[in-house]
Amino acid sequence: MMMLVAITACAVCLVMALVRTMLGPTAFDRVLAVNAIGTLIILGIALHGFIMERPEFVDIALLYAILNFIGTFAVLKLFSTGSLGDAPPSRKK
Amino acid sequence: MDGQLLVTMFSGFFIACGVVALLIGSLGLLRLPDVYCRIHAVGMIDTAGASFIILGMIIHEGFTLVTVKLVLIGVFMFFTSPIATHAVAQVAYKSGVVPVGRNLTWAAATKNAKTSAAKPKRATKPAGKTNTKSRGAS
Repeated sequence: MMMLVAITACAVCLVMALVRTMLGPTAFDRVLAVNAIGTLIILGIALHGFIMERPEFVDIALLYAILNFIGTFAVLKLFSTGSLGDAPPSRKK
Repeated sequence: MDGQLLVTMFSGFFIACGVVALLIGSLGLLRLPDVYCRIHAVGMIDTAGASFIILGMIIHEGFTLVTVKLVLIGVFMFFTSPIATHAVAQVAYKSGVVPVGRNLTWAAATKNAKTSAAKPKRATKPAGKTNTKSRGAS
């Protein structure tokens, strides 16, 4: 019963974060909101596994936590340096 | 029977605390005025909400392998979400997002001197001054 309440709250919070993603003034608002959406989806996957009596979904939630962290850092590195590790196109000539 | 009721009560209590933290954090993410303010709300979602809900699921589950995986998720998110929000704040400050506030004319001056050529979209110095004055008066 409490799990159903929690997954409903996750859905409501996800809608709010999606609104912030759409109307965020800067790109960093959008990165922050996408990070929050990733956290809410991790919780939603784990709660869905508990509601459906199949707790093996926790593996997918763990994988998604790692991907969320790496994805946030990749987007931030792209915004701060203009490249993802190789030389930027202005310096390549 | 009694132990089962106690487990259900504790699990429901912790999940309710997590739900409250999630709602407060998400409302803050929607309503707060600045990137640097919204970081607080996202930190609340990532640490308080996720930790309480995962703790409730751990109490609901008992001692199994799923509990170990839930503990791994909790520890990972407890350590990585402050790093991610700190990185967002650092990159936003370095790329010239001026924080909302009253006594920030020095920050606006230094930031605009550095980044006004690269980013003409940002507010210039006199506009920032008038904004802070009107906000302080209201």
